Amino acid sequence: MDPNSPMFIFLNAFLINNFVLAMFLGLCPFLGVSGKIKTAGNMGLAVTFVMLVSSSCAYGLNVVLTRYDLGFLRLISYIAVIASAVQLVEMAVKRFSPALFRALGIFLPLITTNCAILGLALFQTAWEYNFVQSLAFALGAGAGFSLALLLMAGLREKLDLADVPDVCRGAALSLMIAGLLSLAFMGFAGLGG
Amino acid sequence: MTPTRPQPKNPLEWDTFLQGLWKDNPVFVMLLGLCPALAVTNSAMNALAMGLATTFVLICSGLLVSLLRNVIPKQVRIASYIIIIATFVTMADYGIKAISLDLYRALGAFIQLIVVNCIILGRAEAYASKNTPLRAVVNGTGMGIGFTFALLCVGVVREVLGSGSLFGADLFGPRFQPWSVFVLPPGGFFVLSGWLMLFAWVAKRRERKKEVA
Repeated sequence: MDPNSPMFIFLNAFLINNFVLAMFLGLCPFLGVSGKIKTAGNMGLAVTFVMLVSSSCAYGLNVVLTRYDLGFLRLISYIAVIASAVQLVEMAVKRFSPALFRALGIFLPLITTNCAILGLALFQTAWEYNFVQSLAFALGAGAGFSLALLLMAGLREKLDLADVPDVCRGAALSLMIAGLLSLAFMGFAGLGG
Repeated sequence: MTPTRPQPKNPLEWDTFLQGLWKDNPVFVMLLGLCPALAVTNSAMNALAMGLATTFVLICSGLLVSLLRNVIPKQVRIASYIIIIATFVTMADYGIKAISLDLYRALGAFIQLIVVNCIILGRAEAYASKNTPLRAVVNGTGMGIGFTFALLCVGVVREVLGSGSLFGADLFGPRFQPWSVFVLPPGGFFVLSGWLMLFAWVAKRRERKKEVA
């Protein structure tokens, strides 16, 4: 497959270089919101949406910044765009589904400081993706994040019933599982290659 | 007996320094800033550079936030903090690019991602905005060194096991078969998890000793 085709970029961000498990982006919500499958799914949807919005805004912004040679303002303006996109999502969720708004709680505004989203904007700039490629990248990254979150949530729901040694209870065990998931995802390397 | 007489030792400032270094270590205890702690620690050198860059941003943003703490209106404080942090991160980004291009390429977008490192925003909100500039700097330095220390802990183990070297110097000679999974992404999770277990085990042992005594 052509490495620049949108389909390949989608697969790459979704499975091969999964944002969470291979690039270590967005670990905080990955460990924080992965307690229940339902919340994890909603969180994944919210993040994917913010990714799509901020990715397309960042693309337009980058065109303007490059045009006027203002590269040093890139970081600050990206952050501003992401913060506004999150605000938008927050208002929409609050308006259309108050129940979901309550379930996500503090993690909704915290999407702003989710490094997966800023990372997405920075990577698409660094790799010089065009608009369609950027959208495919954002969609793949969002899907990959949701997939990792759902897998982790499923495992952790089962894990609540398991009897584990005291020493590795909590974060250590979650990280160990994330490592095993990451090892499994390495099996996707070469897919579509 | 004047109340303004300086204390022989400055217990509070020393305490806030040590807090970040050990008791509230940002990575091992508070589990903050995990993304850079795992993403760039595949070699000790990268870990050190990342730690130092973060420390620089922590200290500078802490100082500025603390100086401006009575000027910034409460409603827009988070946005202002982010702008301050982003400014220093941009400086660190250009600085590293000027010092070593190889290092800059190895760290990649993760230098710019310091902006969204929760340790820095957390310190600005929870400490620097409520304390004097001196204490904010001391606290930021402690946190920064604690973060660098944690990054080095992970980075050294990963480099020694994964490529058989330390800071680029070969350790075991040509017959060493590198355990390469440790420089790949899964290794980061495993090593950090291992350190957490070690610390939990030490803490448990100490508790048990106290109970016996």
